[in-house]
Amino acid sequence: METKGKLTIEKVDDYHFKIPRSEGMRVPGLIYASQKLIDDIRLDESPRQIANVAHLPGIIKYSLAMPDMHWGYGFPIGGVAAFDMEEGIISPGGVGYDINCGCRILRTDLTLPDVRDKIKKLVTSLFRGIPSGVGSTGKIKLNFDEEKRVLRKGARWVIEKGYGDAEDLERTEDKGVMEDADPEVVSKRSLERGRNQLGTLGSGNHFLEIEVVDEIYDQQVAHAFDLFENQIVVSIHSGSRGFGYQVCDDFIKEMLHKMGNVEIELPDRQLVCAYLKSEMGKKYFAAMACAANYAWANREMLTHWTREIFEKTLNLSPKELNMRLVYDVCHNIAKKEVHTIDGEEKKVCVHRKGATRAFPAGHPDVPEIYRDVGQPVLIPGDMGRYSYVLVGTEKAMEETFGSTCHGAGRVMSRTKAKKSSRGRLIAQEMEERGIIVMAEGRATLEEEIPEAYKDVSDVVEVVHQAGISKKVAKLKPLGVVKG
Amino acid sequence: MLDTHLLISSSIAADNLMVKKRYKTFNHTADLGIEVYGEDQKQLFVNAGLALFDLITDINKVEVKTSLSLTAEGIDLEDLMVSWLRELLYLQQVKEYLISEFEIHEISDELLKATVKGEKFDSRRHELIREIKAATYHQIKVASEKGVWISRIVFDI
Repeated sequence: METKGKLTIEKVDDYHFKIPRSEGMRVPGLIYASQKLIDDIRLDESPRQIANVAHLPGIIKYSLAMPDMHWGYGFPIGGVAAFDMEEGIISPGGVGYDINCGCRILRTDLTLPDVRDKIKKLVTSLFRGIPSGVGSTGKIKLNFDEEKRVLRKGARWVIEKGYGDAEDLERTEDKGVMEDADPEVVSKRSLERGRNQLGTLGSGNHFLEIEVVDEIYDQQVAHAFDLFENQIVVSIHSGSRGFGYQVCDDFIKEMLHKMGNVEIELPDRQLVCAYLKSEMGKKYFAAMACAANYAWANREMLTHWTREIFEKTLNLSPKELNMRLVYDVCHNIAKKEVHTIDGEEKKVCVHRKGATRAFPAGHPDVPEIYRDVGQPVLIPGDMGRYSYVLVGTEKAMEETFGSTCHGAGRVMSRTKAKKSSRGRLIAQEMEERGIIVMAEGRATLEEEIPEAYKDVSDVVEVVHQAGISKKVAKLKPLGVVKG
Repeated sequence: MLDTHLLISSSIAADNLMVKKRYKTFNHTADLGIEVYGEDQKQLFVNAGLALFDLITDINKVEVKTSLSLTAEGIDLEDLMVSWLRELLYLQQVKEYLISEFEIHEISDELLKATVKGEKFDSRRHELIREIKAATYHQIKVASEKGVWISRIVFDI
C-alpha cells in the first residue's frame, strides 16, 4: 500500500514544494527547500517517505520536511508531523533510535586571540578526557536503581550529584527533563545498554567542537543570547546512547507484534505505531521520555567535563572562563504541545525526526531570559565549514508546528564518502584548513568528510527566507573531537 | 555502487556459487544497507550474521573460544531476520562478544535455533570499526529468487 509510481512534487513558491495527496495519503506533503536543494531531494528516497508518513492516522495538515531532509528509515530525516491526541498515533520510527539526539552550545568570555595557539592542546585534552568512540563506556557506572533515577530526573540528576550548573537547566529544552518518564516500562536490556554509557560522546556524527563566532546577523538577538563576534563557543552533539537505541528497538518490535490489534495498514514496517491514547502508545511515550532524560543527563555530564578541561588546560577560574550554556535542543523527539489548528488551540503530538523546535518570542516554553526574542535554535554543520545559531519565529508556529531544520543533512552515503576519502589524510586536510580534528574511530573521519553533507548555509537560507526561523550568528569550527 | 565483501576464513561448510559473495553493501544516505545471499534459509541467516560482524570488526581476528546457544522468534521471515540480528547485536553490545561462527540447527518462518561461537571483545586485539545501533525494518526483504535466498536489511548507524 506504499504510494506507488512516480511522486509529483509541485513548486508552491521559492521555498515551499508540495507533494499532492495521492492514494492512501491523508494529507499532502510539504517540503521546505530551494530550487537547488529540491533537485537533490528529487533523486533521494525521502519524498516517498514523506508520502508514507502522510498515510498515518490522525496526521494534521501536512507531512512536513525541512530542507536538510534525506533518506532515513520509516520517517525521513528532517521529517516533522503532528498527530491528533484522540485519533492519532505515536511512532518510535518517527523519533528514531537515538532518542533526543541533540545539540547544545556553551558560550565563553574568551575571544579568538586568547586561544588561537592553544587549540591543539585543548582538542587533545578534550579527546583524552571525554570518553568517545564506538560503544564508548564512561567513567560513571550506574546500578539499575541509580540509572532509573537518571531516567526520571534527566539533567537534574547531574546537578544533584554536584556536577554541571543549576543555571543550565533553565537553558535546556523542557528544563532537561520530560515529566512523563516512567523507568518501570523500559526493558532490562535498555538498562543494561545504558548503565556504562552516561557521559560518553559516542561515534558517527556525534562531536564536541570548539568554534568561533564568525558573523552576527542580528545584534539584538545575539546580545540576548550573550554571543558576540570573535567569541569562543563550544558545541556538543550527542544523544541517549545505547539506552535510547534499545528503547526504540524494543517498542518497534512490541508494536509490530501487536499491530494486528491496531489495524493500521503500513506502507513501511518501520513506520509501526500505536494510537496515542492506547496503553501501548502511553507506554512508549513514557519509555521515550526516559531516553530523552538520559540524553539530557549525558550532555550535562559532557558539559561538566568540558568546563573542567578548559579551566585546567587554560589555567582559568570558572569565573574567568564564564562557560555558560546558551541553550540545548532536541533533534529526535515526540512532544505533546499546544498548537493552533484551524483557529483553535489544540494539544497535539509533534514528531521531530532530525528537526528542531523553534518557538517564538513570548511563548511560555521559551526560557524567561530569552522570552523577548525567541528560542535559540542550534544548527550544527559539517566539521569543515560552519554552524549556525538561529531564533524561533511566529511563522514556525503557523506553518511547521514550531519546527525548523536541524543540521546540514547528508548528501553522500557513508560508503560513498569512504570511497571518496580513499588515499586522503582527512585530519591533515582539515588542519590545512585551520581546523584541528581528532577522532577515535578509523571510519569516522572518512565517513564524516565535509562534502558528505549539504552546505548548511543553503539549508539555513531556506528556513530564514521562509521565515520559520531567523539567522542570528554563524560559527566557524576551530577544533573537533569526533567519536 | 556496490561493495562486495569476501569472507574467506569462515567455517561454513557449503562452498558453492554464493559462498564467496555472501553479502554486499548498498548505499543508503544516512545509514548502511546490506544485501545477503544464501542457497537456503539457513545459509542466508548464517551469512547475515557474518555480514553483521564483518561490518563491526575484522572477523579474521575473532577466535573461537566460547559457544553460545541462541533463539530468535518472529511473526514471519522478515521479522525473524531482524530478531536474529537483534539477538546478535545484544551479544555484542551488552555481553561484549564478537562472533565469527554461526550454526543454525532449526529454522521456520517464526523460530530459529542456533549455536554461535566467538570470544569476548579484547581491545588489545580487536578493533570496533563502527557502531551499529540497530537492524531496522525499513524496506526489509527476505525472499527466494531463482533458487537463491536474498535478504535486504538497513542498519541504523
